[in-house]
Amino acid sequence: MNLSSGPAIAAMIGAIVLTATAGDVFIASAMRSVGDLDHIKAARGFEGAVWAVVSESRFLAGFTCMALSFFSLLFSLSHADVSLIAPAAGSLTFVSNAVAAKWVLHENVDRRRWLAAVFVCGGVALLKR
Amino acid sequence: MTLRRYLVLGLVALTSAFGDTSLAVGMKRVGPVSLSHPDALLSALRTPWVLGGVLLLVVFFASYLTALSWADLTFVLPATSLAYVAVAFLSKFWLHEQISTERWLGIALITAGVGFVTRGPAYTQRHSADRAPNPGFTGSLREGK
Repeated sequence: MNLSSGPAIAAMIGAIVLTATAGDVFIASAMRSVGDLDHIKAARGFEGAVWAVVSESRFLAGFTCMALSFFSLLFSLSHADVSLIAPAAGSLTFVSNAVAAKWVLHENVDRRRWLAAVFVCGGVALLKR
Repeated sequence: MTLRRYLVLGLVALTSAFGDTSLAVGMKRVGPVSLSHPDALLSALRTPWVLGGVLLLVVFFASYLTALSWADLTFVLPATSLAYVAVAFLSKFWLHEQISTERWLGIALITAGVGFVTRGPAYTQRHSADRAPNPGFTGSLREGK
């Protein structure tokens, strides 16, 4: 299989976006459940804050997804230019995260946040050309 | 939002940008990795640029977790995208690279996007049933924004 072909690169970008979005959503959900780390650290110290995070199962799921995303990125960078992979994956992840945050995390993604996601997505795509 | 929290968001942005750049430089030096030899990805971790990138991304991850503990995902991600702008300015004034009209437009779009999101509340308030701090934690819950 030619890993430099268009469909192969699209699949690599898709893998990065999918795993990065899943990782972000799991971790955001975990941190919402854990609560404010500044307050936890003040009450239970640094070790207590670390334990509060790593004992949360959604954090472990998110960490696994982020690790998969990281190795997908490394793999992609060895086959395609960073000027293609970084803007495509980066900008698409902004939009997929906004959609996931709205429907999975039930965040209040109002018009201002949608605009921010779209503007940053477009900006990243232009900046990395 | 306190000054310390803005500094955490800044740390997220800078370590992410410089970490990704280090990884890109490192993987270009490592060369193409074959699907039949995925272990080459692990050996890439021993190269200085990739290792430096990983260390920067560890700092990024810690500060990212901290930010997500008091702000929404849809607030943290756009708010930390100013790193792209910082890298563009660094490349112009430090590396003396040319910045095209397209890139200036990209900078303007990102800055506008960050402006949109940071003018709103950082956190979506939940009803008590959805808030489940870890057992044993008796500190007060976060403020509204």
